[in-house]
Amino acid sequence: MKTMLNIALPKGRLGEKVYDMFEKAGFPCPSIKENNRKLIFENEELSLRYFWVKPSDVAIYVERGAADIGVAGKDILLEYEPDIYELLDLNLGKCRMAVAGKADFRDNPQRTLRVATKFTNIAKNYYASQGRDIDIIHLNGSIEIAPILGLSDVIVDIVETGTTLKENNLTVRETIVPISARLISNKASFKFKNAQIEEIAKKLAVLVEA
Amino acid sequence: MNTDALVLKNDEKAIFTLRSLYEKYGYSQFKMSKFEEYDLYVRNKDFLVSDNIITFTDTTGKLMALKPDVTLSIIKNGDDSSSLQKVYYNENVYRVSKGSYSFKEIMQVGLECIGEVDTYCILEVLSLAAKSLECISPDFALDISHLGIISAVMDSLDISSSERSALLKCIGEKNASGITEICGSAGENLKKLVLTYGDLDKVSKVLDEIFGNEKPEAVTELISVVSALSEKGFKDKVRVDFSVLNDMNYYNGFVFKGFINGIPSGILSGGQYDFLMKKMKRNKKAIGFAVYLDMLERFNENSKDFDIDTILLYEDGISLSVLDKVVDALTKEGKSVMAGKTLPKNLKFREIVRINEKGEMTVENNA
Repeated sequence: MKTMLNIALPKGRLGEKVYDMFEKAGFPCPSIKENNRKLIFENEELSLRYFWVKPSDVAIYVERGAADIGVAGKDILLEYEPDIYELLDLNLGKCRMAVAGKADFRDNPQRTLRVATKFTNIAKNYYASQGRDIDIIHLNGSIEIAPILGLSDVIVDIVETGTTLKENNLTVRETIVPISARLISNKASFKFKNAQIEEIAKKLAVLVEA
Repeated sequence: MNTDALVLKNDEKAIFTLRSLYEKYGYSQFKMSKFEEYDLYVRNKDFLVSDNIITFTDTTGKLMALKPDVTLSIIKNGDDSSSLQKVYYNENVYRVSKGSYSFKEIMQVGLECIGEVDTYCILEVLSLAAKSLECISPDFALDISHLGIISAVMDSLDISSSERSALLKCIGEKNASGITEICGSAGENLKKLVLTYGDLDKVSKVLDEIFGNEKPEAVTELISVVSALSEKGFKDKVRVDFSVLNDMNYYNGFVFKGFINGIPSGILSGGQYDFLMKKMKRNKKAIGFAVYLDMLERFNENSKDFDIDTILLYEDGISLSVLDKVVDALTKEGKSVMAGKTLPKNLKFREIVRINEKGEMTVENNA
């Protein structure tokens, strides 16, 4: 008997798109489409077990081996730097990590730049690479209002369409890095469930290129 | 000695088996102090897994550190005149665990082979690494890479030093799309290398495709050592994986990592570190590895049904010698016995034996 392969998917819209892709690639689990509050779904025939977790937690489940593989945004991988394999760019959930500020904001390089963000590690690394001294303000949500209320000079956040920014009178100043969903694997699972994992990666890669 | 095997925890068992394994191959134990001068680590900061170190001032005012690493201490005072030094160690190191930002004590067992390291020494160390893993669980994997091959491919790329370190990160993650982002179509060979994982047959084909007839020495070395390991019966266990990396400022040649099915991260890590030797002004080559035993704690937990077999409840006034004899008799039956006057809380036990002051016993099954 094959052992179960545990797959962590990010809860939400992106996760549903990702599951559709797995289904199309030949790894379905019909019970997942039932409308209920269950979090774990099994397809015993294919030895697959899917589960929904908070998107920012996928990398933790995979790094610690509770999930063998999973799908996480590049933003999460850059922020937490988990020790995992990044097997495939799924080309889904595309957006970018960007610096935004008030439309009329003028940067004064003689002063410390105040940066509000959920992604402290990414912001730190980005400004360190520019040699810029910053004051990081960690926020958990509604980052956009920080510059409006004078809490920060700029924000570092994910920008998808830019609508939220525009409605709050903010503009993108710099793009830090493009973001998309990635297939990740636990390092030990990759050794011991290699055939299963490589098959999934290969079939998903075919869909990505199509 | 069967009871010992039951009482010993995974990591304790591993220490005993590994020590006798290394002694069999002529490695002698290197015992060292828990403390080291802080200065040693400042000079070789990048060699350490993390740069957080517990420091304190000793009685003479010198800044000292609790060891975060063993290898540096072993090689700092070596004797370059002897041709070969084979040592093993079993020490605690103190490191910050990722994510929790707090210090952790980690039990390490490892060995170093220092001196005129030739291909046989490399084979011996690698096979001891495989045997170490086998002692812990027969379901293991030893992944081997050769940094000479990675640098041969990387040197042919036209990239800056910051791109080089970004590229190394992608290699460690098997991140093919990241490699393409950095070096475009020139990265094809590197991608091929990194995505190849498996036994020698599979890997030799890829190496043929990449290097053709002009194979660097590193390729021949890798093939000869890995095929020798396969002949020793490790064919299914030893795999070539070019995503195994160690800091290239310190390591060269062979690098390897060991995994056990059921433990989510690598449990063994090692490699050839001639560059570190050079930095330490040592005129010798070296190879070694360490096994991290803290990972074994949760491995194959056989949850015991009972904490204690027998609870012996006695009353005041019972004769000391009678009580003592009863306890001894029960332990001779192979039971674990906890004697006391009241029932312990939060413990599960198989039976309760009550004994009154006259020495009369009643047995109550608690299973």
